[in-house]
Amino acid sequence: MTSANPIPPPRPLRRAGALLIALAAGATLALSGCAVAEDGPVAAAAPTHLSGTVQLWHHYNGREAKVIASIVDDFEQRHPDVRVRVHAGQQDTKITQVVSSGGDVDVMLTNVNATLGTACKTMSDLAPYMRRDGVPDDAFQGIFAQATAFEGRRCSLPTTSDVYGLYYNTRLLAEAGYTTPPRTLRELEDMALKLTTYKSDGSIGTLGFNPLIGFQQNTSATLGGTAGVTWTKDGDSAVADSPQWAELIAWQHDFVRKIGYDKLKTFTAGLGDEWSANNPFQNGRVAMTLDGEWRVAFIEEQAPRLEYGTAPFPVLAGSGQEYGGGFVSAADIGVAKRSGNKEAAWALVKYMTTDTDAAVKLANGLKNIPTLKSAVASPALQASPQYRTFIEASAHPAGNTSPVTEIGSTLTATMDDFWTDYQRGSGGNLKRRLEKVDTDIDNALGLRRAK
Amino acid sequence: MPDANPIATVPRARAAAHHTPNTPEAHPKRAGRRRTLRSRLSIGSMVILPLIGLVAFFLYPLCANLYYSFTNYDLVGSPKWIGLRNYDYLFTQDPRVGGAARNTLWFVVILVPVRMASSLGIALLLTRRKRAAGFWRTLFYLPALVPPVASVVGFVFLFNPGTGPINTLLRKFGIDGPLWFNDPSLSKPSLLLLGVWMMGDVMVIFLAALLDVPKDQYEAAELDGASARQKFRFITLPNISPVLLFSAVTGVIAALQYFTEAAVASSVANGKTGIDAGPDRLLGYPNDSLLTYTQWMYVQGFNSFQLGYAAAMAVVLFVVAAAVIAVLLRRAGMFQQKGA
Repeated sequence: MTSANPIPPPRPLRRAGALLIALAAGATLALSGCAVAEDGPVAAAAPTHLSGTVQLWHHYNGREAKVIASIVDDFEQRHPDVRVRVHAGQQDTKITQVVSSGGDVDVMLTNVNATLGTACKTMSDLAPYMRRDGVPDDAFQGIFAQATAFEGRRCSLPTTSDVYGLYYNTRLLAEAGYTTPPRTLRELEDMALKLTTYKSDGSIGTLGFNPLIGFQQNTSATLGGTAGVTWTKDGDSAVADSPQWAELIAWQHDFVRKIGYDKLKTFTAGLGDEWSANNPFQNGRVAMTLDGEWRVAFIEEQAPRLEYGTAPFPVLAGSGQEYGGGFVSAADIGVAKRSGNKEAAWALVKYMTTDTDAAVKLANGLKNIPTLKSAVASPALQASPQYRTFIEASAHPAGNTSPVTEIGSTLTATMDDFWTDYQRGSGGNLKRRLEKVDTDIDNALGLRRAK
Repeated sequence: MPDANPIATVPRARAAAHHTPNTPEAHPKRAGRRRTLRSRLSIGSMVILPLIGLVAFFLYPLCANLYYSFTNYDLVGSPKWIGLRNYDYLFTQDPRVGGAARNTLWFVVILVPVRMASSLGIALLLTRRKRAAGFWRTLFYLPALVPPVASVVGFVFLFNPGTGPINTLLRKFGIDGPLWFNDPSLSKPSLLLLGVWMMGDVMVIFLAALLDVPKDQYEAAELDGASARQKFRFITLPNISPVLLFSAVTGVIAALQYFTEAAVASSVANGKTGIDAGPDRLLGYPNDSLLTYTQWMYVQGFNSFQLGYAAAMAVVLFVVAAAVIAVLLRRAGMFQQKGA
């Protein structure tokens, strides 16, 4: 005889099991009640003497971490009774987890576009400190001052920024008869097609410009920044209502078809890693590329003989986007609400963001663009002609960034995902598919705002 | 000889205490109680630590995960109860979870059986190999010793459409090689090749099971005129079925949690091995064809800070995994108690 039923556990064991589950459930409810701290009162006058320990968390590693450490040393020399403990190499998610679990974080340095929408509520409102200590909002480049506040709260200040532009190989352009870089996307396409060479088997030898979304820094955010696109309206996604998006995507799709999607994919797959010395722009396999200001430092170190120039990225003609600016992003720094030493923490933030010498030292060390106006104008800022392009672009009124929202990078990732898929296919139904992107982004925002 | 087992001494002590006068000189009853208490404390101390571990590292996370799955929780604020909203988003609105689930299902349905079949095939061949058996066994097992990340990196370079040796060789024969890891329709089969190459861990278990099948059963079958196919069907398979079941269960669980190989393949094939690219840009390349369920869960939880939603995804994965394993075990008759 067989029995399909397992032998039931004895009663005491069942009782013990129920007790354990009840214990776990009780612990869940007890531990799930953590709440965001409130902003505390700010002293009417800044303290004349600071002391204690400040915990600084940031994402920089290796050489860049040493630059931060050097700035911290300078701060400690100014305030001998303040000790700054630096936690380097901590990604935004890790810092957010530490903050949420009540860990020792006084000052946190994160990425604006990806994290601020979530992290802002854990950071102190800096506006009262700024008013008290006479730090004006317009000390910073406009776009950065705007992007480092979220929903009206000044929860952080910008440190350094990444500015995107066009890198072009002057030798290859000269060989093709060009003396100046393109200013519109059509000009970019024409020049790129002329600069592209093919091998005897039909595969690409040298590529003028790689139009594939997903290639290195080609994203919806960076390319969208050259076309005056609209991301959101009244807090909801509005990409389908922006004619610039449709025109930009149609242009890119057409450009890809002129070379061939498969040829581009094969060529791209055979290229070296973006961050290695085999970077395809550095080794001359790609004549023009969209990249950030950091590439200047990479070229200086990895390909010092490369003959190249930089320029603002071309714009979509007729889109309303002015030539000279482009997409920018920034690192932001703020004081954790739960900090036990807010005055010293604010002093460190203020020093790193508003002291001209510190901002210049930070920018020179990190090879990023300063966000502080006085640092940009400082003669101590080391700037080669190629690097100067990005400094000017950062101050240009046409500079733009993707909106900071509660869903962080999901906003641009949803668009990237659609665009990557769209560039593969035969096109068509663009309006309908952009409406689907709007729906997907709105659904993600809706989930995040659910009450 | 004194009894070393304290539990065994308890009834004897009780019996002795029943007949002994209650004098201060002899307290066998009290001594017995003390021994019982000591024995219970000793057992309790052995049980309590595993129990604490069970509650802290299994039951609490399980209950917490279930609770968070009904909340809007972004890691930094208090979780807000939103009922079934996360599940509604998961089943009706999330644009990428369907593709991620289908990719994961592909690995469960294709990768696991193909790996098992190829492992069994190689193990069967190795049992017949008499000369240099050790060498061949080692040779087929070796790839399993290579760290998975290194294997994936090696495979992606091997199959690089532009510079990889496979396509270079194909071009010499006038064949335009495919894009392999850069083609959404071939990226999963390319990982399947890797999975088969690394099948040494499963193969070695099958080999041990095959070598354990009693030889006399084969001899008896031969005397009865059984064919090779019949011997495999009626002797080999029943004998190694527990090992097959074990392999299927662990393989399905691993496939449902498939993460590392697909993530590394995506980032290496994409040419973006790090620095600024967040997981939402790295994972899934090309065209989300390598985005798995657990990767998407990770992105939602720790990149998009949708912890409540990631918890709901985890609950669904837990239920699916439990259901698949239950079906596997039931079909294998593991719940049936052998009776008379």
